[in-house]
Amino acid sequence: MSNIKLTIDGKTLEVVKGTTILAAAQMADIKIPTLCFLKDRSAIGSCRVCVVEVEGMEYPLPACKTVARDGMVVTTSSERLTTYRRIALDLIVSNLSEEAWKVDEASSAADTNNNQLQTLCQEYGIETASFKTAAPPKPKYDSNPFLSFDPNLCIRCQRCVGACNSAARNHTLRTGKKGTRTTISAPFGKNWKSTECESCGNCAQACPTGAIKAKVKLNYQPGEVQTTRTTCPFCGVGCQIDLKTKDGKLVDVEGANGPANKGLLCVKGRYGSYNFVDSNDRIRTPLIKNKQTGEFEVASWDEALTLVTSRLSDIKKQHGGDSIAAFACSRSTNEDVYLFQKMARTVFETNNVDNCARV
Amino acid sequence: MTNSIDDVTQESDLIMLVGSNPEEAHPVIGMQIRAAVERGCKLIVVDPRDIGLTAYADIRIKLKPGTNVAYANGIMHVLIKEGLIDKDYIADRTQGIDELAKIVEDCTPARTAAICDIDERDLIAAAKLYAAAPRAAIVYCLGVTEHSTGTDGVMSLSNIAMATGNLGKRGGGVNPLRGQNNVQGACDMGAGPDDFPGYQKVANPKVLAKFEQAWGTKLSAVKGIKATECFPAMTEGKIKALFMFGEDPVRTDPDTHHVIEALKSLEFFAVVDLFMTETAKYADVILPGRSFAEKEGTFSNTERRVQRVRKAVDIEGDTLPDSEIFIEIMNRMGYKQPALTPAEVMGEIASLTPSYGGVSHARLDSEELDGRGLQWPCPDANHPGTPVLHMNGFTKGKGEFAVPVYQPSAELPDAEYPLVLSTGRVLSQYNAQAMTGRVSGLNEIEGSSFIEINSKDAANLGIEDGECVSVSSRRGSIKSVARVSEKTKPGQTWMPFHFQDGNSNWLTIAALDSIAKAPEFKVCAIKVEKLV
Ligand code: SF4
Ligand code: SF4
Repeated sequence: MSNIKLTIDGKTLEVVKGTTILAAAQMADIKIPTLCFLKDRSAIGSCRVCVVEVEGMEYPLPACKTVARDGMVVTTSSERLTTYRRIALDLIVSNLSEEAWKVDEASSAADTNNNQLQTLCQEYGIETASFKTAAPPKPKYDSNPFLSFDPNLCIRCQRCVGACNSAARNHTLRTGKKGTRTTISAPFGKNWKSTECESCGNCAQACPTGAIKAKVKLNYQPGEVQTTRTTCPFCGVGCQIDLKTKDGKLVDVEGANGPANKGLLCVKGRYGSYNFVDSNDRIRTPLIKNKQTGEFEVASWDEALTLVTSRLSDIKKQHGGDSIAAFACSRSTNEDVYLFQKMARTVFETNNVDNCARV
Repeated sequence: MTNSIDDVTQESDLIMLVGSNPEEAHPVIGMQIRAAVERGCKLIVVDPRDIGLTAYADIRIKLKPGTNVAYANGIMHVLIKEGLIDKDYIADRTQGIDELAKIVEDCTPARTAAICDIDERDLIAAAKLYAAAPRAAIVYCLGVTEHSTGTDGVMSLSNIAMATGNLGKRGGGVNPLRGQNNVQGACDMGAGPDDFPGYQKVANPKVLAKFEQAWGTKLSAVKGIKATECFPAMTEGKIKALFMFGEDPVRTDPDTHHVIEALKSLEFFAVVDLFMTETAKYADVILPGRSFAEKEGTFSNTERRVQRVRKAVDIEGDTLPDSEIFIEIMNRMGYKQPALTPAEVMGEIASLTPSYGGVSHARLDSEELDGRGLQWPCPDANHPGTPVLHMNGFTKGKGEFAVPVYQPSAELPDAEYPLVLSTGRVLSQYNAQAMTGRVSGLNEIEGSSFIEINSKDAANLGIEDGECVSVSSRRGSIKSVARVSEKTKPGQTWMPFHFQDGNSNWLTIAALDSIAKAPEFKVCAIKVEKLV
């Protein structure tokens, strides 16, 4: 493939032919604001927020859709562009519930997908909607246990459609038509159970306004959480996830761009991977069974470990290590399993070690 | 997997999916297989039951449960007869094709079709489509391994890939989708009776000496037995103590009665777990461990990719990290085990396990890897990892064709128990539900036991969709709810095993595959009766 050269904000770059201006700028760490664009998911070029000036062109062009050509000279910020972007945003918010774009303090501190429109409006100083027309509020779709869709917050950018079609490949989230307007039909209404939707939430993660929302997001503000990158604890795909903690408690999970999952998650990883961690029925102290009553009683670590090691030592002395078996956990970490089998082989003196690979 | 998820979903021209329902069991791979089909990759679905991906398939083979080996040998027969094998590859890289050819000589399409209850034209078409693809990947899952003939099933699939030159090639390979998040890693780490970490054999005196030296102690050379064999050994009194870390065999192992009996006959039973599981109830001592969100470490996914697990929270209570529990026990039982951090433990693993030689937490956390993990074999700190196995030949020189012979399942339907039961998973739940059962929304999607039954059988039994039924086998009886459809063929039924309110493992059979000792979850004989 041949390369071309272009200049963005005075920087000369060499990129592969076919690269968009947006992609070229990102490679050079030049930030162009975007809204409807979502990498590998959606590029419908409808929002006009990513417009840039190209020398020799009368009007600004959308960077996400315009392919870079050899010798192009691009400017990504100017007064004219700011005006353009302001008008674009102002039009977008005109019929929107204020919740979608008005900035409130707590959420503005964090840059997440779901408050991208808010962040842009803040950056471009949009405080009132100049083109407001009176439209009656539309009903919410709210029956799915994890996800809801509020059309009053929807800017029809179709990032969710891209997420469902091009990433989750489920094709249940579609665009519809209402007169000449494109609408989004999200499968979270009363009949949610009979749709093909897998409740994977990839659409919600893509939404820049929170119109499609994972319900757990109502429990916290983006600014008050910490993020820990880790690996999903369920199946062997090994999706990368970002655990969100607030005041030391897990409150949410988001899909990270891991090699196996590329930002995607399934319903289990997204909604089931953290709630169990601090659930009320976690065992939180060692327990020893009272032989008389058959009931478990709280014990100290020393008591419990003394019982374990003395009983195992006795049995080993009487019947040999081969009378002991040790089953490891195929959900635990490599480091834990390594130490576990080392323990079985060195001190239980047995090779009866296994895990539940077969079940 | 011999190949990577990316490789299979982006490079393959054809995917043959055998006994695997990734949309439910490995959903994010399911999404990427749908993407593969949409970009033009061909798909052959081999499964006794209609799965979601059946709708995407170019060829559907709805075979009788338990006949995978017959199917694969039938494909092999067609490949040889039609001259569709890769002669150069076979001559260069393999041995044993003649013995295999002899074995599959009899496996004609007509015979295979009769055994598998399929149309012989579909079998021939599948063989031709597979052979015609420049890069053809086989993807399989527990539908192949959970049979008393599971190991033969795997080998017969490898034969197909090897005979067509699809092993050691981008977009090809034989790719098992591993169930639990770290079942690959647990096996890699030596949680198997015959293997030290990295599949170094206990039976090899040199290996034993290496670990004796590294660990500074004498080690037992006595052959260990597999978990599923341990249960009968407990009942017989040969195994007297069990130390169990996680797991819930009372719910997940076949033939629940016999598991409970085995646990009850133990002299001592210690459990490390997060919850009071059905199994933990039988323990003498329970030690509270920590979940993935409370510890540092690594998991190895189904494509052999070692990825980081990082601590996000501490929870209230008197729990200990699992590794500290094991270290404490080792020291109390007289072995001087230093208190290592998880990163240091990985250092020890790397020093003793050639395939993990270049893996370290520091490297996994480095900017250079940018969160991409490392796929083993990764022998040294400069090695980039291995996305596709056998690219430059097989480790043991030449690839050996196996000679698997079809054998019927251990328990076949009869007059008293006329239906065949297979078990499996649904999307929103995970294994014994220890984790997913605690999320009400997931239970709302799919929260209780059901049995899928063909509409013809249902009509004969006077059972309607949604009715309560009793399901019995020689081992037990449970209540469930009938789902009447064409998803299974007449004579066949299917149940998910997650739900305790009608757990299918009261019914399943403890017959084990003779080599891998995997229980035969996929086939047992049952009867279904209407509850009045
Ligand atoms: S939850 Fe997943 S399947 Fe359902 S609409 Fe959203 S992206 Fe599509
Ligand atoms: S998010 Fe879903 S597909 Fe990914 S590892 Fe977790 S359970 Fe598996």
